[in-house]
Amino acid sequence: MATVQIPRPELSLIEKTYLPAIFGGLKITLKHLKESITGKTKVTMQYPEERWDSELPEHYRGVPALVTDDYGRERCVSCQLCEFICPPRAITITPGEIAEDAKFAKVEKFPEQFKIDMVRCIYCGMCEEVCPEQAIYLQKDYLVVGTTRAEMVHDKAKLYEIGGLKTGLVNKWDDKK
Amino acid sequence: MFDFIHSLWEACASFYLANAFVTVPLTKIVILFGVVMIIVAYSSLAERKVSALMQDRIGPNRTGIPLTLLGFKKDLNIAGLAQPIVDGLKFLLKEDLTPGHVKKFYYWLAPALAVAPAILSFAVVPFGSTLTICEKSYKMVIADVNVGFLYVFAITSIAVYGIVIAGWSSNSKFPFLGGVRSSAQMISYELSMGLSLVPVLLVIGNLNLSAIVDYQAQNGWSVVPFTNGAVGWKDGGLILQGFTWSKILLWIPMVISFVIFTVSIFAETNRAPFDLPESETELVGGYHTEYSSMKFALFFLGEYAAMITGCALIATLFLGGWHVPVPSIHFGGAGDWSISLITKTGADGTGWAFFNIACFFGKVIALIVFFMFIRWTVPRFRYDQLMKLGWVVLFELALANIVVTAVILAFLPK
Repeated sequence: MATVQIPRPELSLIEKTYLPAIFGGLKITLKHLKESITGKTKVTMQYPEERWDSELPEHYRGVPALVTDDYGRERCVSCQLCEFICPPRAITITPGEIAEDAKFAKVEKFPEQFKIDMVRCIYCGMCEEVCPEQAIYLQKDYLVVGTTRAEMVHDKAKLYEIGGLKTGLVNKWDDKK
Repeated sequence: MFDFIHSLWEACASFYLANAFVTVPLTKIVILFGVVMIIVAYSSLAERKVSALMQDRIGPNRTGIPLTLLGFKKDLNIAGLAQPIVDGLKFLLKEDLTPGHVKKFYYWLAPALAVAPAILSFAVVPFGSTLTICEKSYKMVIADVNVGFLYVFAITSIAVYGIVIAGWSSNSKFPFLGGVRSSAQMISYELSMGLSLVPVLLVIGNLNLSAIVDYQAQNGWSVVPFTNGAVGWKDGGLILQGFTWSKILLWIPMVISFVIFTVSIFAETNRAPFDLPESETELVGGYHTEYSSMKFALFFLGEYAAMITGCALIATLFLGGWHVPVPSIHFGGAGDWSISLITKTGADGTGWAFFNIACFFGKVIALIVFFMFIRWTVPRFRYDQLMKLGWVVLFELALANIVVTAVILAFLPK
């Protein structure tokens, strides 16, 4: 293989004064300055006033929350799979038994208390994936704030408040036709 | 009651006029100091804004006046203009930490030495022509001294001490390196700064800064020598004033002087691309690494004050100081017309006096903005490039420039 000698570029006298480089650079920065001032550049989102809510992707993973079904029944049957799968162990479920005279007595179990520690939650979505009852979903909400650790633990009431109602999907607890 | 206020006012006025030797400069000092401090504060905001806009960001735009603390419903948002005030308050409220390993006396002395020279040299800079108040006209300069020029050099030489002492007394390696770099840099560039001004002195022949501005008002600015020109047509002949051969030839050394002086001011004020003493990436902040709270703020303030003084000097020496020509058009038919640039001073009316002051500060602010453009455009010099530029290029160029000016003046007297 032939050796190729690449000559080191020599600076011309004018280039040695640094002035062309300085003015060349100024041309670029001033262009950016002009475009920023005239509002042509639009990069920054003024966060609390402007939000990305409308541009969230379909698969966005926000806070996890519990949902109820068409009859207002809470879907969670307290199987505790999410509690076991949860990588940071954010979920704590206290299972309870449904009274025998209740309408959905055949479901047998319900969560007496369902707590998600949002300080620990990593928004991985594994609880949603593992849930056999389609009871827990990652929502589009992303603003979880609190001034104490206790405030950051979402209890059952809060989770249903975020989650709300979700229709369809599961019909195995419906009456036999 | 009214009589009492009136007599009090009279007494104050007569006291003021009787001791005019002290009170008039004192008034000028207080007002000018206030103006300079306001420019310092807002240039720190402007710097952040300019850098942000150049980098496609937005910059500080939130800080307003927290009216909610006083019980109002909403804060007053004035596009971030309260930022300097809040910054100052933050510095005042921060813990002032003096590390155990420093040399205390010098450690406390250094911030003061960093600020004082920068503000001191403003004393001889004429910031306006004359202002007539109550039938007495006052020269718009604090100290109208004949050694003005030398005074500026003497004071700017002291400026290096603040940084050197800060670096040395901090007694740790990064501030020390910053201090060493700074002293080498400032001494190197002081040389070319001084020499670059000799051609200006050769042409103008006066050390008094007011006289230098007066000369430029009459004969055109140093770098733009045609600011007193006139073009016209009268009696079938062309009128052409203010365009002489010596002026056109002297234009070349003046522009070279201007470039060398501006570059030296960049180096003297430790502004990018000559900000090696405080290069954050290498020296953690350089000479002020060990400083906190208001002492750090003083270094910051000193840097900006030095920049303002430097810009004021550039404006005074090369850009005509407070002088901006006013076009005057005379039209008496196709064969009798002229457009001339004339000078208006405080002698032409109080309005023109304020016009002159506004012109001066306008030039200073424009130069500060230029300094900022350069800072956010050009990367920092390597240390050997810096020294080479100072000693091999600018020093020789300044010397040659003196010879050229002298030759032109010898063969083409004004």
